[in-house]
Amino acid sequence: MSWRLWLPLLAFAGFLGLAAYQLTQPRDEIVESRMIGKALPYFDLEPATASLPGAASDDFKDGQPRLLNIWASWCLPCIAEAPQLERLRNEGATIVGVAIRDRPEDVARFLERHGNPYAAIGSDDLSEVQLGIGSSGVPETFVITGTGKIAYQHIGDIRERDVPILLEKLREAGE
Amino acid sequence: MIAELGLAALWLAAALAVLQLVAGALAVRQDAASGETGIADLTRPATIVQGVFAALSFVALLYVFAITDLSVKLVADNSHSLKPMIYKLSGAWGNHEGSMLLWVTVLAASGALIAVVERRLPERMMQAVLAAQGFVALGFYAFLLLSSNPFERLPIPAQEGAGLNPLLQDIGLAFHPPTLYLGYVGLSVAFSFAVGALITRQVTPEFARAMRPWVLGAWVFLTLGITAGSYWAYYELGWGGWWFWDPVENASLMPWLAATALLHSTSVLAARDALRAWTIMLGVVAFSMSMLGTFLVRSGILTSVHAFAVDPQRGTFILFLLAIYIGGALLLFALRAGAVSEGARFSVASREGALVVNNVLLSAILAVVLLGTLYPLLTEAFDVRVSVGPPYFNPVGAIFALPMVAVMAVGPLLRWRRDGFGRIRRELALMGAVLVAALILVSLIGEVAFLPLLGLALAAMLALASVMPLRGRNLRRVPIATWGMVFGHLGLAVALFGMASESAFTKERLAALAPGEETTVGPWAVTLDQIAPAAGANWTAMEARLSARLEIGDPIVLTPQHRTFWAPPQQTAESVLATRWNGQLYAVIGNQAGATGAGPERWQVRLWWKPFVTWIWYGGVLIALGGALALIGHVQADWRRRLVRRKAAARRQEMGREQPT
Repeated sequence: MSWRLWLPLLAFAGFLGLAAYQLTQPRDEIVESRMIGKALPYFDLEPATASLPGAASDDFKDGQPRLLNIWASWCLPCIAEAPQLERLRNEGATIVGVAIRDRPEDVARFLERHGNPYAAIGSDDLSEVQLGIGSSGVPETFVITGTGKIAYQHIGDIRERDVPILLEKLREAGE
Repeated sequence: MIAELGLAALWLAAALAVLQLVAGALAVRQDAASGETGIADLTRPATIVQGVFAALSFVALLYVFAITDLSVKLVADNSHSLKPMIYKLSGAWGNHEGSMLLWVTVLAASGALIAVVERRLPERMMQAVLAAQGFVALGFYAFLLLSSNPFERLPIPAQEGAGLNPLLQDIGLAFHPPTLYLGYVGLSVAFSFAVGALITRQVTPEFARAMRPWVLGAWVFLTLGITAGSYWAYYELGWGGWWFWDPVENASLMPWLAATALLHSTSVLAARDALRAWTIMLGVVAFSMSMLGTFLVRSGILTSVHAFAVDPQRGTFILFLLAIYIGGALLLFALRAGAVSEGARFSVASREGALVVNNVLLSAILAVVLLGTLYPLLTEAFDVRVSVGPPYFNPVGAIFALPMVAVMAVGPLLRWRRDGFGRIRRELALMGAVLVAALILVSLIGEVAFLPLLGLALAAMLALASVMPLRGRNLRRVPIATWGMVFGHLGLAVALFGMASESAFTKERLAALAPGEETTVGPWAVTLDQIAPAAGANWTAMEARLSARLEIGDPIVLTPQHRTFWAPPQQTAESVLATRWNGQLYAVIGNQAGATGAGPERWQVRLWWKPFVTWIWYGGVLIALGGALALIGHVQADWRRRLVRRKAAARRQEMGREQPT
């Protein structure tokens, strides 16, 4: 009997073990950005609504840390996080919005109904900026340092308990 | 009532599968011990009746879908009373439970067919084959009955079905899965044959001839399924690509590669009684690949665009079946393959030699694809996320695929057993000349990357080489199976030409156009005439009117749409294709560009000119045609051989009776 004939069985057993291990692992659906610690990619977005300026990557390099909020007027969790954004702004955070695949009139209506915590909102029709900074969904919030580096990523809507964490990260980013 | 009858039929079929397994297994043992047969007489009838009951069960499922019996959970979840009849019926297998039932039905039906027609092989081996077939079927019956009963009733019937998703009402989607299933199940028959041969230690040319039609049939269906799936992805997804190396695409490609290798090694075994253990191994591997594919798709263990049928519990069950069948078969192989004697010898420069090289290269491509597909699974165990894509698959696959094409061109010209390249030096010189001429010609046309360049030249060479076996023969007397080979190889040349041409010469243009403006892509000048809203039953869209013009001739009008569905809310790009003999113009429109800017409204228009891209799928169809011809040819030849033998036996008997008088 040749030992080589056992090789296929051995390889198959390896696969079984691996697959069984993977099946028992909890599925994690969150895709973390690999851009954390890196500089913002270059962008220069048109304003998403008439009342606010647009957003550009160069705006983030003035020494002041900011929050970059990926959102859209058609996104329900974004409505849920609107009050928390409001609180963040009241605590002194500067929030720059990037509206994904949105229309100016819808953006204006959203801000009217749910408040406007934003200092600027850029319109990202192609999800260019979203993909560029490694965001996989709406809403997501990034902490950007005063030199334009991505410091922290928050995935999903901001709940009450997330507000102090974001403020802390923002403070760290300013150091 | 009908649903209960269907369930009862399914239980009866499962019980008969047990009988088939037990009777077959006992018969194999008994036969070995004493030569007595008794219980062996039960195996074939059990197999046949099992096929009938499985078919009844499937008919019952079709019936509850046809009348939209909303007290059946599966119907309520997947159908709707307002669906057109064809989609009601296709809804029966357009879900997990129904597709598993279709799977066992086809499995049982093919088992029944073997039990009825296959009488060439030694009876003991047939008993082993049928027992293996019953064993495989039993696992799937258990899966259906224990964890995914298709006939489950709702305590309170639903008011209306939930399945009116218009995106899934597509004639291609209705027939794409069953086509692939027929292929997978055909490979399970080949698997049963391989196991039967291992158990009885009889790997003979007769065995190869009995297995070959099943492999060919499976291969034809897999080819068609992959070709159709690729074209569907190409026009429906609107990205302009035709193959994405998605895990699910790989799941259908891997069984095809294994089946292709198996097909060729079966030919060697049938004609020359060589490659015995290798053929058995491939029989096991081919079915493993189709089960592995099912596992990867259904378990959701890999992230994929097809992630619709995901359920970890089902994944566990399939993994369990995989462990029993494939693990068992590989164990049997390890124990028995040493006892299978080596078979006939041959020299390297022979038809067998070429087929061995081809087999090795096909297996290498299979390994490349398998590794690329499973690699993310491996690294994830160490918490590293990777995705493996075209930058790995294309060049690494090509390293093995392009030499394989060269072997394909030469192999069919060689004789069996022993030959020299000297005998075919004129043909080789001609092929070499075509190769060099094509290389020079293509590099003169323009800058072409290395791999597409080689692909184009090899395609030209293979096209010539694939018809060479016909030279100097009376075309009417060429066996049908040989025509099958010619068409199959020619089809691959055509497909390879399409792939290489698409990758070498595609022109892409992304432009933001205002109505009235013009842009160019390849030889086409395309004008955006107007953009207007359009509406359908459950969607609204912005529809562009583009007129595309070649230098000469009338313009053609293209109307791509940017659709928004509201239930479920979803945006899709409806691409439009203009097909010419020498390629396709592919147009997609995107969002409005610069919505708030001043000036006229601009729209993103994406255009591709893809020279000869359609040849990829023409090639796929030609390959399937070749397989079908080979199938017909071999079955016909077997049939004739059997008739001749029967006549000879009858004559001998008559002579025997006449002599004494």
